[in-house]
Amino acid sequence: MIKNKVLLSLVAVSMLALGACASKGDKTASTPPPSDSSAYNSTAGAGTQLGNADEDARAAAERALTNNIVYFDYDATAIKPEYSSVIDAYAKYLAANPVAKVRIEGHTDERGSREYNIALGERRANTVKDALVTEGVSAAQIAVISYGEERPAAEGHDESAWSQNRRAQIIRQ
Amino acid sequence: MTMFKRLLILLATLLGLASVPAQAQLEITVTGGDVSALPIAIVPFAQSPKMTTDIAQVIENDLVRSGRFRALPRTSMQQKPSELAAFDPTPWKAQGMDNVVIGKVWDDGKGGFVVRFFLVDSLSGKQIIAYDYPVRDLSQSRYAAHWIADKIYEQLLGVPGYFNTKIAYVVAKGLGFQRTYQLVIADSDGENPQYPINSRETIMSPAWSPDRKQIALVGYEHGRSAIYLYSTESGKVTKLISEKGINGSPAWSPDGKRLAFVLSFESNPDIYVMDMASRKRTRLTDHYGIDTEPAWSPDGSKIVFTSDRGGKPQVYEMSSTGGEPKRLTFQGSQNQRPSFSSDGKSIVFVNTDGGQRIATQDLASGKMTILSSGPLDEGPSYAPGGAVIIYSSQGPKGRQLATVSVDGRVRLTMRQAGGDVQEPSWSPLLR
Repeated sequence: MIKNKVLLSLVAVSMLALGACASKGDKTASTPPPSDSSAYNSTAGAGTQLGNADEDARAAAERALTNNIVYFDYDATAIKPEYSSVIDAYAKYLAANPVAKVRIEGHTDERGSREYNIALGERRANTVKDALVTEGVSAAQIAVISYGEERPAAEGHDESAWSQNRRAQIIRQ
Repeated sequence: MTMFKRLLILLATLLGLASVPAQAQLEITVTGGDVSALPIAIVPFAQSPKMTTDIAQVIENDLVRSGRFRALPRTSMQQKPSELAAFDPTPWKAQGMDNVVIGKVWDDGKGGFVVRFFLVDSLSGKQIIAYDYPVRDLSQSRYAAHWIADKIYEQLLGVPGYFNTKIAYVVAKGLGFQRTYQLVIADSDGENPQYPINSRETIMSPAWSPDRKQIALVGYEHGRSAIYLYSTESGKVTKLISEKGINGSPAWSPDGKRLAFVLSFESNPDIYVMDMASRKRTRLTDHYGIDTEPAWSPDGSKIVFTSDRGGKPQVYEMSSTGGEPKRLTFQGSQNQRPSFSSDGKSIVFVNTDGGQRIATQDLASGKMTILSSGPLDEGPSYAPGGAVIIYSSQGPKGRQLATVSVDGRVRLTMRQAGGDVQEPSWSPLLR
């Protein structure tokens, strides 16, 4: 039992490390990541980068977009206050770039039945979409897809994994 | 070469390897008690050395897994006859074995075999049934054993056996964008897995048509979901429904003429029914809550489904033409993914009350019975005839198939080499 727990945490750690690599690589890679690589585009709390004092607002806004995940409570769809900055950054970006498009992917943890979780994931993604629209984004710039529990970001069968999997990710197209 | 391209090639290689059936044999362990089951002795058959399948063992596994039989261990057998003439009822009677199966297998001289078996009543010493079953080649030997198990089951219990059926399920392997999905079709005991569909995107919810000629399933392609039909005869996959949003939960009506499913494009997840001949679609529910996971009653008159219209997801029932739903489940915080037993008298579903377990509910009395121990059991499906339920449980190395007899006494798991085995669907009996 204890051995299992250790193994699971190791998996979680390597996941985070992989995620961090992928998000750094995205900026320079000549080949875009595959459309379903969303789990690797960013990670929770990707650390603050050391800034250059001369960086313009555009670079700052770009940096704000690296936080692209909204996490949810169990069986809940409400956006918690700590993720309003994610919504604000994307609302600003999409309003300022009317041709830009995003896809919002809704995800759940593994608890509950699979098709119900597809529905719950869609509801989460729609909540994020509605928040963006409320802030002035055109609904035509936003596509929504739910993967339910089918694309976990973290493996494991406890709250530490589940909390990373209950998420909506905003992916720039 | 970019890292991404290398990954793709690696993935293709992995998928190629994964379609070698020998890697995916499932292992069976019986973990429950079987006190009041029917005692039976299945004597090892006298077999031609070319017959490498232990026919008697396959028959025994089938019967024991049903929860309806208790088999005498081979080490407790005092005699091992293979001919009726050599059968002495005395030791079997003394051990309380009313029913004894004996048999033999010989080469037919054309590369095949003949399997002869007798079901003997040890009280009278007389045969109850006896058959010679021709087997074309070794690859057909397990089917001969399942056929014999079906005959014994039907003879002693009065209902058809279900061992010569198939199960379809999904295997998912890997994390994130490396996760791959396969549709697997295996024999009822998990053997002989075939892998007709491999995908880098999600596959879900396989559902057999009543004639076993098609499997409806959900697949994702380029980030969109769709309902597909897989033909078990031609191997062809055709796209049936692909609306914006959710395309999910396909469920065939018992006559195979209609398909129920879930779409969200008109507002949010609601249940629809399509007439398969005309492809005409009717919306059955229209509620701001989630309505999903429809399943038909055996007479086709009702549909049970999951809805969170009352707050938390619970099981509801409505007419298969629509109308006001009635809530069926009240115990535990959530109840999901219902389906009917073949007599229509009970439903099986996933009950959440702390852990997540498989439960049945008698529809007349409303009495709920929890059958599995959790903590993350899901995807229950009745075997034809309803003696056992197959589901997916969380094992030490990923999700695995499990079965439980409807009285909860006999449970077993079928472990697979790797990946998560989920959403098993038991094929109907061929009529």
